[in-house]
Amino acid sequence: MSAAREPEVTREVGRTQGMTDAEYDQMLGILGRTPTFTELGLFMSMWSEHCSYKSSRIFLKDLPTTGACVVHGPGENAGVVDIGDGQVAVFKMESHNHPSFVEPYQGAATGVGGILRDVFTMGARPIASLNALRFGQPSHPRTPYLVSGVVSGIGGYGNSIGVPTVGGDIAFDECYDGNILVNAFTLGIAEHTGIFLGRAAGVGNGLLYFGSKTGRDGIHGASLLASAEFDASSEEKRPTVQVGDPFTEKLLLEACLELMKVPGLLVGIQDMGAAGLTSSAVEMAARAGNGVELDLDLVPRREPGMSAYEIMLSESQERMLAVVEAGREGEALALLEKWDLDAAFIGKVTNTERVVIKADGKVVADVPAAPLAEGLKYDRPRKRPAYLDEVNAVEPLSFAQPAPGDLGATLLKILSSPNVASKEWVYRQYDHMVRVGTVVGPGSDAAIVRVLRPDGSAKGLGLVVDCNSRFCYLDPYEGTRLAVAECARNLAVSGARALALTDCLNFASPERPETMWQFVESLRGLSDACRSLGVPVVSGNVSFYNETEGRGIHPTPMIGMVGTIADPAGAVTQHFKGEGDVVALLGLQTAELGGSEYLKVMHGKVAGRAPRLDIDLEKRVTETCLVLADKGLLRSAHDLSDGGLAVAAAECAMSGDEPVGAELTLPAGDLPPVAALFGEAPSRVLISFSPANRAAVEQVAADAGAPMAILGVTGGRRLVLGPDVDLPVAVLSDAWRTGFRKVVE
Amino acid sequence: MRVAILQFPGSNCDDDTMHVVTRVLGEDGRLVWHREAQLPTGTDAVIVPGGFSYGDYLRSGAIAAHAAIMDAVRVFAGAGGPVLGICNGFQILCEAGLLPGALTRNASLRFECRQVHVRVEGRPTPFTAAIPAGRVLRMPIAHGDGRYINDDATGLGARGQVVFRYCDPAGGVRDEANPNGSQLGIAGVSNEAGNVVALMPHPERASEALLGEDGGRQIFESLRLSLTPGRGKGRAA
Repeated sequence: MSAAREPEVTREVGRTQGMTDAEYDQMLGILGRTPTFTELGLFMSMWSEHCSYKSSRIFLKDLPTTGACVVHGPGENAGVVDIGDGQVAVFKMESHNHPSFVEPYQGAATGVGGILRDVFTMGARPIASLNALRFGQPSHPRTPYLVSGVVSGIGGYGNSIGVPTVGGDIAFDECYDGNILVNAFTLGIAEHTGIFLGRAAGVGNGLLYFGSKTGRDGIHGASLLASAEFDASSEEKRPTVQVGDPFTEKLLLEACLELMKVPGLLVGIQDMGAAGLTSSAVEMAARAGNGVELDLDLVPRREPGMSAYEIMLSESQERMLAVVEAGREGEALALLEKWDLDAAFIGKVTNTERVVIKADGKVVADVPAAPLAEGLKYDRPRKRPAYLDEVNAVEPLSFAQPAPGDLGATLLKILSSPNVASKEWVYRQYDHMVRVGTVVGPGSDAAIVRVLRPDGSAKGLGLVVDCNSRFCYLDPYEGTRLAVAECARNLAVSGARALALTDCLNFASPERPETMWQFVESLRGLSDACRSLGVPVVSGNVSFYNETEGRGIHPTPMIGMVGTIADPAGAVTQHFKGEGDVVALLGLQTAELGGSEYLKVMHGKVAGRAPRLDIDLEKRVTETCLVLADKGLLRSAHDLSDGGLAVAAAECAMSGDEPVGAELTLPAGDLPPVAALFGEAPSRVLISFSPANRAAVEQVAADAGAPMAILGVTGGRRLVLGPDVDLPVAVLSDAWRTGFRKVVE
Repeated sequence: MRVAILQFPGSNCDDDTMHVVTRVLGEDGRLVWHREAQLPTGTDAVIVPGGFSYGDYLRSGAIAAHAAIMDAVRVFAGAGGPVLGICNGFQILCEAGLLPGALTRNASLRFECRQVHVRVEGRPTPFTAAIPAGRVLRMPIAHGDGRYINDDATGLGARGQVVFRYCDPAGGVRDEANPNGSQLGIAGVSNEAGNVVALMPHPERASEALLGEDGGRQIFESLRLSLTPGRGKGRAA
């Protein structure tokens, strides 16, 4: 493993590793000499898009990241928000898109493992996970394989480690045929005083490596797999996908939390994620303004003969790097022995501000930490995509509309679309109840989990992920605002008030000016919506290069939002609870069929204009829901989204254990029936309540200034919706419950 | 009562079981690490909780069955002490030879997490003493290897060792209500003496109304009743 055996570095070698000539020159300027091969590896991984956010950083700084609840915003391993009682919630969402396309089971599994580590490396015990998945069209030959593999990978990891997967979001579109999305979210709970940061503080402190041994898996995962678009050779990249071991991760989790409980033992800690040992060592040194010295001969290895380059860039999973208070090394090692984990002190914190790496007694890399961690900043060209004028000009109502007698059949067709159909096939494969905290699990608008206060009493958190990428395709600004608003609304209808969010911004190649335009528009929408709703961004992830052979995905800025509910027993679910309840619509019916599920299912089009979000109306509607939930006046509440009022009403009727029909009129107005039934105007909620509470409910809506229309009453075994839809709930339910299975079985 | 809750590397329902024993029931729960040679002094009952002990990479429960603490559990069970296995705990107790039969891959070949119904039957046990025979409990399952098989499944039932069977909400044992293909719908069994009981569903996840179900709590209440001096020898009417 000596430097002598490493290839000589030239500009050409840099190019093959994904480094541009300008970047190569910048590296030479920093070093003042030609780098060793190991040094080149450090630069090209730390300067990769995935690790350095070089195309997005200048824009991310404009996001609203502060607020009364924010303890640590972006820049740490995960965001940290105050949830009262001396407790904090720690959460983040991350992409594992390319690995999951190349090897769906391991790609998705290690995506879950990675986000779990980001959370527990900060001292938080993970209590709930979510995931957001995007697949190609159901008829694509690879789709069933990818769906099955990803779902079992997520389950295989999360179930084993014992963190419940309490919710998620799945959609299909041909734009993901060659590039699926797997975004994983985890939330953990810690004491306010028990947060750990990734800082190599205290010169002379030891660097403790623990967890799995280092192998040759995942080398170049961050730099090549996640930072370049796909092509026909992507299959050959399978060896760059890491392999997960949830059992070791479980041991790592428990061992970390035990180490952290010992006062003063750990000074800093960071998991080895993308770019492995390189990023954890470099970032911890840079954050603390210190240097580190590593001796790679001490790193636990899975096989002999690994080069320094390979050890530094390996993305073997389930590994941590911690800074241990000098003199207490034995204490840390004894505790890790209990958990049967490999552990070794592999170096020290120095005051040189340099990362010095030795192997075989020789220095193989000696580079300044700050410019490596700081990375690059690009202001790439931006250009409004030409397709927008064309698709925005389409008038959805210009397509043939179903005859009144066919509206019921149209509803059944939309209900069986895999985007709308029940996702029970998926979430049944996830343990969504372990940790005995799941008050509302998958299948309702938002998940509600119990958190025990230090005194043992219960409070609750609401969790949701969402993004309608069709709207973002038609208008990235409006589409992103809609995604934020829908998350906040999903929480509100469940009784939880939005607190903070994390994002996972999935886009095509940033080297394409049209992508950068979409990205910047999307961020502008994210900022505006967050400011209007008072919800800060506390962590996030940017995933570029989501394209294959020149075809990019729709902009997909996935939003993961967390809210609070003082009493989880007051959580509201979407399904009708019984006969004789009054059903009402909060919000306004407007003709919004652009980018709708109706247009896609019936006409195969993603076109028109994205719905317009009236943020003031939105706030009035969500406030109404929160007050109603808080006063215990609601029997059910369900946000209207894909498929509009008709789909929402059907879901209310069929998603409970027992079907409950309803006889409903359409709100007054002159909308064409398809727009009234299937339009996707935002800021609408279908609620039900006891007739005895009608006056109280109307008063709350009036006080908040939210429009409300009484639609009818629950009861019976049929769903009647206006003059033209009248179907047995069992028929609706059959279409909805079998729609997804047809894709995968 | 003092309940020892075993912890293997990879156990993940240990905290949940502890929560129910201590917070919900207000009893004395003790987590016991797998390397211990002895149960805590004064242990009244042992619970082997769910999870993926040792990753379940060999056969589910196979390695945990050989852990040091299991020798102490064998002695405890041999002396008539009540032992409850839940999910992975069921698999471990079968692998350890404390219960008959084996748990194999679900018929669906998929992990299944959802609510099921089970019918309480069989001979009286410390974990069903307060539950009338025939009562239906709703509890969640969450397992990939829950298909119970036994060469003598019929004989097991005849001897009263089938303690729980998957059923419909009305108590009917039917194929449609069987989530994993278990023989004769068997969801839980006991040893011949009746003091060692295990089931695949998770009663600890169904012990609080806030989580949607509290029927599982009757299993823990039964244990409490059966440990009360002079009570619990027979089944409640």
